[in-house]
Amino acid sequence: MGFLFEQDNFALFRDGFLQTIELSALSALLALLLGTLLAAFRVSPVPVLRAFGTAWVTLFRNTPLTLLFFAVTFGLPPLGVHFSHLVFAVLALGGYTASFVCEVIRSGINTVPLGQAEAARSLGMTFGQTLTLVVLPQAARTVLAPMSSVFIALPRNSAIAGAFSVGELYSAQQTFSERGYSIFAIFFWVACAYLLISATVATFFRFLESRLAVVR
Amino acid sequence: MRTSRTLAVALCAVALTATAACGKDGTPGATAASSGGSAAPALPSYTVKTDVKVDSPVIAEARKRGQLIIGAKADQPNLGWEDVASGDRSGFDIEIAKMIAADLGFTPQQIKWQTLVSSQREPAIAKGQIDFYVGTYSINDERKKSVSFAGPYYIAGQDLLVRADNTSITGPESVGGKNVCTATGSTSIKNIQQYNPKITQFDTYSACVEKLMSNEVDAVTTDDAILKGYASKYAPKLRVVGKPFTKENYGVGLNKDDKALRDAISDALKAHEDNGDWKKAYDATLGLSGSPAPEVPALDRY
Repeated sequence: MGFLFEQDNFALFRDGFLQTIELSALSALLALLLGTLLAAFRVSPVPVLRAFGTAWVTLFRNTPLTLLFFAVTFGLPPLGVHFSHLVFAVLALGGYTASFVCEVIRSGINTVPLGQAEAARSLGMTFGQTLTLVVLPQAARTVLAPMSSVFIALPRNSAIAGAFSVGELYSAQQTFSERGYSIFAIFFWVACAYLLISATVATFFRFLESRLAVVR
Repeated sequence: MRTSRTLAVALCAVALTATAACGKDGTPGATAASSGGSAAPALPSYTVKTDVKVDSPVIAEARKRGQLIIGAKADQPNLGWEDVASGDRSGFDIEIAKMIAADLGFTPQQIKWQTLVSSQREPAIAKGQIDFYVGTYSINDERKKSVSFAGPYYIAGQDLLVRADNTSITGPESVGGKNVCTATGSTSIKNIQQYNPKITQFDTYSACVEKLMSNEVDAVTTDDAILKGYASKYAPKLRVVGKPFTKENYGVGLNKDDKALRDAISDALKAHEDNGDWKKAYDATLGLSGSPAPEVPALDRY
């Protein structure tokens, strides 16, 4: 257990931890924005947008994440798209998680009684207004619990980025393993780090739930 | 991809015919999946010894089982490679393992290969899941605490793999600012970092080589044995710079307290190094890269 405090191991672990947080936070942001947009597409009256939303969810939700990372890291550069490996990772992870966020939000939208949207429309609101002012605020409250699951899974999924040149916790673990420390000790600390991140996300969502709860 | 595979199969067939024509029917090591062409050096064949006496419980157990279980790598072309389609193993480490097996009295058909990645080696040896391990296994004091080593049978060193037309990278001093790729978390990173390159890390070396071939990185760095294997696979597109800047002694890993087996393996290595099999095995695998064979290292019997 003590290996973490030998040599420069702690610095490596800390850097990996911070990189995991940075990657997760950026991906979460992308996933939330993109996912909400996709959900709006999927319930929109425009067939092309609906088809796009459905296609995205079908493609990204059903593809193994490792494959998505491969596609982004090895597929985009030959097409002339060059970003840093962190950006590639954010794109893959964000795009993947967005499909889950989209479906969670869509399920939330479906819980809002149709009368709400009809009332908004009869007041002369546009589709955009109806969605952002009436439907989504109510939908968001009902989906907090499943949403927290999605965002707890995200930091753990981010471990795949370690295999694609992002120096996060997984790659720190690889380095420690290579240096020959006990596997159990390494995984203990890495697990603690992930637990800390997941627990923080879970607590945040619980806080949101208690703040945003409405009596129906 | 498909054409290169068809070509490989064709070359394989040529190599097989060539070996058969030499009248060495049924000799081990004839399945040269890695042969580079009809003119390529042929793999050596090893005479399986009979009536071998090794006072080792591991060998006694293997004899009872009728199978020798050898741990190896499966993802290093021309070094420790498994053809996923056919299940055939090929490469320099595989040849070393076959030499040893022959001297212990086991035919290639009696070898059961077990693929183990680096982190699983010590536990697998300690638990007796494998009889010994041959696969870019560097001898060091930390590992000697839990396993024994016979050898070294090859001295590797960290080197650089570049595109054949690259003349700007001549050694580690010239990689400053260049994009260098290696495996995630490997010790290679620490050794190259002092020369200030930009480091890219992927889970596998093949991903790095892929990026090297598509011009996205300038060099791949790790032990020269692994690099030579890739250079052989993609000859003549890639070359190894040939200025190793570290030293790794590759040994055969085995159970810690089994001195009899260690001595037997050392004897086997010595015999095949002296009769030229070692050199032939090198030429037919890693030698295809164009890098000349290094000195045969002196054995360290302890």
